[in-house]
Amino acid sequence: MELIDYPTLKLLWWLLVGVLLVGFAVMDGHDMGVGTLLPFVGRSDIERRVIINTVGPHWDGNQVWFITGGGAIFAAWPLVYATAFSGFYWAMLLVLWALFFRPVGFDYRSKIDNPRWRSTWDWGLFIGGFVPPVVFGIAFGNLLQGVPFRFDANLVSHYEGSFWQLLNPFGLLCGVVSSAMITCHGAVYLAHRTEGVIQARAARAAQACALVTLAAFSVAGLWLARGIDGYVITSALDAAALPDPLAKTVAVVPGAWLANYARTPAAMLVPVAGYLGFVLALLLVRGGRTFAAFWCSALGMAGVIGTAAVSMFPFVMPSSLDPAASLTVWDSVSSHRTLFIMLVATVIFMPIIILYTRWAYSVMRGKVTAAYVKENSHSAY
Amino acid sequence: MAIDSVVELSRLQFAATAMYHFLFVPLTLGMVWLLVIMESVYVMTGKQVYKDMTRFWGKLFGINFALGVTTGITLEFQFGTNWAYYSHYVGDIFGAPLAIEGLMAFFLESTFIGLFFFGWDRLSRQQHLLVTLLMAVGTNLSALWILIANGWMQNPVGAEFSYHTMRMEMTDFWAVVFNPDAQAKFVHTVSAGYVTGAMFVLAVSSWYLLKGRDTEFAKKSFRIAAAFGFASVCSVIVLGDESGYTVGEAQQTKLAAMEAMWHTEPAPASFNLIAWPNEVEMKNDWAVEIPWVMGIIGTRSLDKQIPGIHEIVEKNARRIESGIHAVKALEALRANRNDAAALAKFEAHKADLGFGLLLKKYSADVAQATPQMIALAARDTIPKVAPMFWAFRAMVGLGFWMLALFGAALWFSVKGCFDRRRWLLKAALYSLPAPWLACEVGWFVAEYGRQPWTIYGVLPTHLSVSTLSAQSLYGSLAGFVGFYTVLLIVEVYLMVKFARQGPGSLGTGRYANEAAH
Repeated sequence: MELIDYPTLKLLWWLLVGVLLVGFAVMDGHDMGVGTLLPFVGRSDIERRVIINTVGPHWDGNQVWFITGGGAIFAAWPLVYATAFSGFYWAMLLVLWALFFRPVGFDYRSKIDNPRWRSTWDWGLFIGGFVPPVVFGIAFGNLLQGVPFRFDANLVSHYEGSFWQLLNPFGLLCGVVSSAMITCHGAVYLAHRTEGVIQARAARAAQACALVTLAAFSVAGLWLARGIDGYVITSALDAAALPDPLAKTVAVVPGAWLANYARTPAAMLVPVAGYLGFVLALLLVRGGRTFAAFWCSALGMAGVIGTAAVSMFPFVMPSSLDPAASLTVWDSVSSHRTLFIMLVATVIFMPIIILYTRWAYSVMRGKVTAAYVKENSHSAY
Repeated sequence: MAIDSVVELSRLQFAATAMYHFLFVPLTLGMVWLLVIMESVYVMTGKQVYKDMTRFWGKLFGINFALGVTTGITLEFQFGTNWAYYSHYVGDIFGAPLAIEGLMAFFLESTFIGLFFFGWDRLSRQQHLLVTLLMAVGTNLSALWILIANGWMQNPVGAEFSYHTMRMEMTDFWAVVFNPDAQAKFVHTVSAGYVTGAMFVLAVSSWYLLKGRDTEFAKKSFRIAAAFGFASVCSVIVLGDESGYTVGEAQQTKLAAMEAMWHTEPAPASFNLIAWPNEVEMKNDWAVEIPWVMGIIGTRSLDKQIPGIHEIVEKNARRIESGIHAVKALEALRANRNDAAALAKFEAHKADLGFGLLLKKYSADVAQATPQMIALAARDTIPKVAPMFWAFRAMVGLGFWMLALFGAALWFSVKGCFDRRRWLLKAALYSLPAPWLACEVGWFVAEYGRQPWTIYGVLPTHLSVSTLSAQSLYGSLAGFVGFYTVLLIVEVYLMVKFARQGPGSLGTGRYANEAAH
């Protein structure tokens, strides 16, 4: 257990939570993007069935990135899990309720041949694809501004904001960034797995969403640098200490969210990856190279999510109400033993998951066509 | 600390969402193995009908699975949204099995279910069978890790409270994994799922036979379900939860409540076949007793005593008194971590900290607790006896009914004349709800029986909730119940539609009621 010291483990778990979030965005993100585009790109029932069947065999496995992400935050950052999900109560319920439409939408939609039934589930799949990324973006926007919570002496968290407060201009802008990048990613995937008119529409949507992502990401970056105060730990830091979020002092300082880039210039590579990824995705999808474009938009999303994480480091959930109670990677984590066990479990299982996911995609590879859907009318979605 | 209605509403919401979830889980757990069996026969014999069976029952499996996934999403996040202090207090232990469940089991199950449905033409027979098998393994491993987490709530082993971090921390991961309570629960719960899957196939097949359609298909399905169901129902009963009842104190309390055992009796204790528990006077108004039986099934011995309710309450009152010292010492330690006297006192009473916290329901400052409060808190440690007593009997009664049914189904399957025994087919059809009822009342016994604790002896339920408003809870509870009910209606509608259509819904041209297109 002493194989890896506590500060290193805490840092590794910050990276791993990031990996899980990016994994969620890349994998579940592409089928959510496809869900968002479904009612617009698919204009007839058969077109919509083609679109749905590009992700039909995979959406369920992809959704586990979300479930596992939740489990990993519970296990590694229990205070973050407790404080964030109870504080953002209605936002979280909105995500869960939107997600409810997906399993039933995918599985039930084509089981009954009735236009109203099918169109209802199509809009359900749209909600299930569109709402969660918007809410996650808004949540990140609010984390960057600080969240109104405090702890009492027994570490019971009290959230003193409301749901409507989350919908502030910067939060909404981050929602746009998140929604645009996920939809872009889904559009690139859709262009890769389809042909003809659906492919052409998907490619156009991908380019438009990439442009929106780049623009909104730039505005959010400028706003973060000029208009949003960052948080700084002002007491001596003992990264090896037993986690206690009330043991430090914190100051709110204008421009502090840029401090990490000044201290470690290499960190600039993260936002650069965000730009590079979406610029390349835009150019590649224009040139019809959809497979490469998929991985470039994945890189772009890693860059965008990473930018939020790196800017806040070591903060995870700053408190605007009581800055000293802010949750950081050092003081809101599980015990040394639990972090180590969870690291071992992740190192063992993550490569296995990636291998069989790859196999599942390779079994189902190739274009999904109207002919395929008609031939498999009873088994396809 | 938290207002009562928030606690009650949070409990109600958890109970509602978990019980909805468990309408779908047992069928998944059981049917997935029936699919493995049917497909294995197909791969070994090459007979088309077994492939059709796998695909048709798989279709119904899929309709059920979709709602299992939908309702399951909630449970992964509800600890955070509604049980925030619980999540902080025990996340160091409880979060790990949930995360490992995702990594080890849920990814496996969810990735391969896609290939199960979409891979028939793209995989060889053996490859497809492997996919089905991995899906089954994933499903059952998933249950294992969830029940390890749940077992820890009943019997919190391998963990210790830390006053530095104000929470429980893991001291022995393998003790948590091999918690005897969790292992007993796992066997009992998955077996109950297998019975549910078998009952579903048995009942629907019986309906086809009663209607005289798709008889070859239905007879083959009936036989497999009868054999699998009989083995499973034996496993539920023989390896039942009773085997876990001697291990932890939570289970002893539960046992006393569900058997309405008010007093410790000389070993071996007698079994109350039927009784009328009187909560106020803490006795049974009347009871039909069978000598020795309770002692034998409860302890698997003739000489070990089973503690009665009065004795448990008495013992817990003393633990609450000791717990007051633990709570006071902890408050001193939180104010000054270097207070050696407080630390010594805390270490001496640490084991009873949770019992001290029970008093917070009556007095914010436990040091001010009166003897009456202590007596009330001690009485709280026993769940209400009558609901436990009757729910347990309902579960056991349903279990023995299904044992008889599957026994008869297997007997006449072996004799080869089951399709002419209309009474048997009708009994199988009308018994369709039995396993679901048994599962739900079983979970009621397990979870209601743990009250007033979320983690037995460690964390009282009334301290575990999030600081939310009652209005938020009313809104979310209504939302969950409304949403789930609509989805349940849609699910049952599709299930009935496709079950009525039968294997003809595959569109192969080999069965009755071929789909029109």
